Amino acid sequence: MSIAAELPVPPATPDPVDPLLEVRDLHTWFDTPRGMVRAVDGVSFTLRRGASIGIVGESGSGKTVLSRSIMNLLPKKAAVPASGEVLFEGRDLRPMSSKQMRSYWGPQMAMVFQDPMTSLNGVVKIGRQITEGLRQHLDLSRQDADAEAVRLLTSVGIPAPERRLGEYPHQLSGGMRQRVTIAIALACGPKLLMADEPTTALDVTVQAQILDLLARQQAERSMGMVLVTHDLGVVANRTDDIAVMYAGQIVEKASTRTLFRRMRHPYTEALMRCIPRVENPSHTRLDAIPGRPPDLAALPVGCRFAPRCRYAQPECLAENPPLFSDEPGHEYRCFFPVGTSAGAEALERNERAGSTAAGTTMDLLTKASA
Amino acid sequence: MARLIGQKLLTLVPVLLAVSLLTYLLLNLLPGDPALLVLGPESVSAESIAAVRAELGLDRPLPVRYLAWLGAAATGDLGRSYITQQEVTGAILDRLPVTLELMVLSLTIALVLAIPLGVFSAYRAGSRFDKLVTGTTFGLLALPNFIFALLLIFFLSVRLGLFPATGWQPLSDGLVENLQSAFLPALALSVTNIAVFTRLLRTDMITTLQEDHVTLARSKGLPTWRILFRHALRPSSFSLLTVAGLQVGTLLSATVIVETIFALPGVGRLLFDAINSRDLLMVQGVVLVLAVSFVLVNFVVDLLYTFLDPRIRSGAARVRA
Repeated sequence: MSIAAELPVPPATPDPVDPLLEVRDLHTWFDTPRGMVRAVDGVSFTLRRGASIGIVGESGSGKTVLSRSIMNLLPKKAAVPASGEVLFEGRDLRPMSSKQMRSYWGPQMAMVFQDPMTSLNGVVKIGRQITEGLRQHLDLSRQDADAEAVRLLTSVGIPAPERRLGEYPHQLSGGMRQRVTIAIALACGPKLLMADEPTTALDVTVQAQILDLLARQQAERSMGMVLVTHDLGVVANRTDDIAVMYAGQIVEKASTRTLFRRMRHPYTEALMRCIPRVENPSHTRLDAIPGRPPDLAALPVGCRFAPRCRYAQPECLAENPPLFSDEPGHEYRCFFPVGTSAGAEALERNERAGSTAAGTTMDLLTKASA
Repeated sequence: MARLIGQKLLTLVPVLLAVSLLTYLLLNLLPGDPALLVLGPESVSAESIAAVRAELGLDRPLPVRYLAWLGAAATGDLGRSYITQQEVTGAILDRLPVTLELMVLSLTIALVLAIPLGVFSAYRAGSRFDKLVTGTTFGLLALPNFIFALLLIFFLSVRLGLFPATGWQPLSDGLVENLQSAFLPALALSVTNIAVFTRLLRTDMITTLQEDHVTLARSKGLPTWRILFRHALRPSSFSLLTVAGLQVGTLLSATVIVETIFALPGVGRLLFDAINSRDLLMVQGVVLVLAVSFVLVNFVVDLLYTFLDPRIRSGAARVRA
């Protein structure tokens, strides 16, 4: 008997007509005293059943708001009546009330938050935090729910699970706590798992364990997973697709393999340079992308990345590029894509001029990324 | 846990000593000679003054008198009133159940009303309900207890005849009669606390509701009442508990007024009468009992934190380890 035969049956060939999650032109804006903050500004992507997508972007790119918008967890009052659709199994979640969402939260979609220290309730026993969802949705008795909780804790790799049920979150380490929140999310067997920076608050030593756990559970349960992170390295081997977010928009989206081989967007390229490489000699300076992302309340007319871009041309300042595509499933928001002749010419022009069309000196951009 | 209680009890000792010293000094530093009060304003001989002073122990130095008084107080003997000739301890013990019942009832009324009001106005912050609650509690805060007591008497007793206007039915006369006579004064006492507790809980609750663990609880698809009362209430009630303990002090002084208005045989009334008749030993005894009760109530509040927050419990465990 081969090992492959023991693995759970792989999900059936994904049906492109019947995606699990389809986000269409999603906007989430907040009306603040500073002006309209366009945290999510026209995001579209599709997630097949049992597939995974990584959403990568730096702080302030709108990725957390995006994940909460998809979950419909944002306070209704906070966001401006938003446009766009979040289709879950073909049904739009956006107009649903919290009451309607309650039958989705748990058994259909669940979420793992960034910091288990704040996302677990410090004054409620771990057992009850896991079982209350089970009892709510699956109508289990107290004993059955406890037994299921023990099974869940075992499956996420927590030793002595029976004892943990009676403990409080502060009695566990950070990694163990995040395993508990994963167990909570998995409790009712959701079809979609949203993981919002699940390892950012953890020690580096346990980050990989938690990510592997998520990937394993996702595969075993053939769940759809959206993994939100600021670290391109985190999603590199763990998700099917990657969407790179910048200033509220997806600037490049492709299958993971394509993205790493043929990135088109200068921001993706810059992010790649930020991944530390083992083969580099020690004490190599880590690359950083100079500058900061734009203020989401005062976005430029043109490309939002232009001020930090080595390729920026006058066109980039005049108009925000739409999504282009030169192969199926690969989209990017750039007039002068990396790896094309247009991109190469743009870069050469800027190098000759010593500064980009946005007025940023090339030295600043190249020194940091050389 | 026992160790924790023991440690906290030890810290009580200096507090109680300070309280007793201040109580004792309070009256002994007053101008005027207690012996003259006992003997009355008529002209008296120096011998009779000296005799009374000796009887009251006033001829001894202050520290000696304090220690003697403290020693007697520790065994439950607070002396005998030289106005009414009553045992001070006995008089207080007779009156204490009335005041205790009033306080417990009034705190219960305040919490039973304030917790749901605070929780829901926080949940619906900015709504019409919230504005109504906030406005009303603000009005209640501006209203002194005794005005409210008079209003209650006027409407609920005089107009509607639902409750007796004054007087006290002891529990031995039946629970219903007892509660009927206690309800209005307890309600009058609770007004300020309803307002204070509601506003306090609302503020803390609004903060808690923005925390991640509440969002996580929502993302489990739990019903709203469960999120509010099982997840958000407990972490939001620390300041409520603290203030409830401190408000016991305010309540104790409010009983003096309310028991007098409602003609209740409680400790507050006893204090009021003792002050009026310059019954110094009685005043001293009552003040001591009230101060000690206040300290003890807040000691219990300290212990209650450990039940509200498991992290404090294990903090103590770590100290032990």
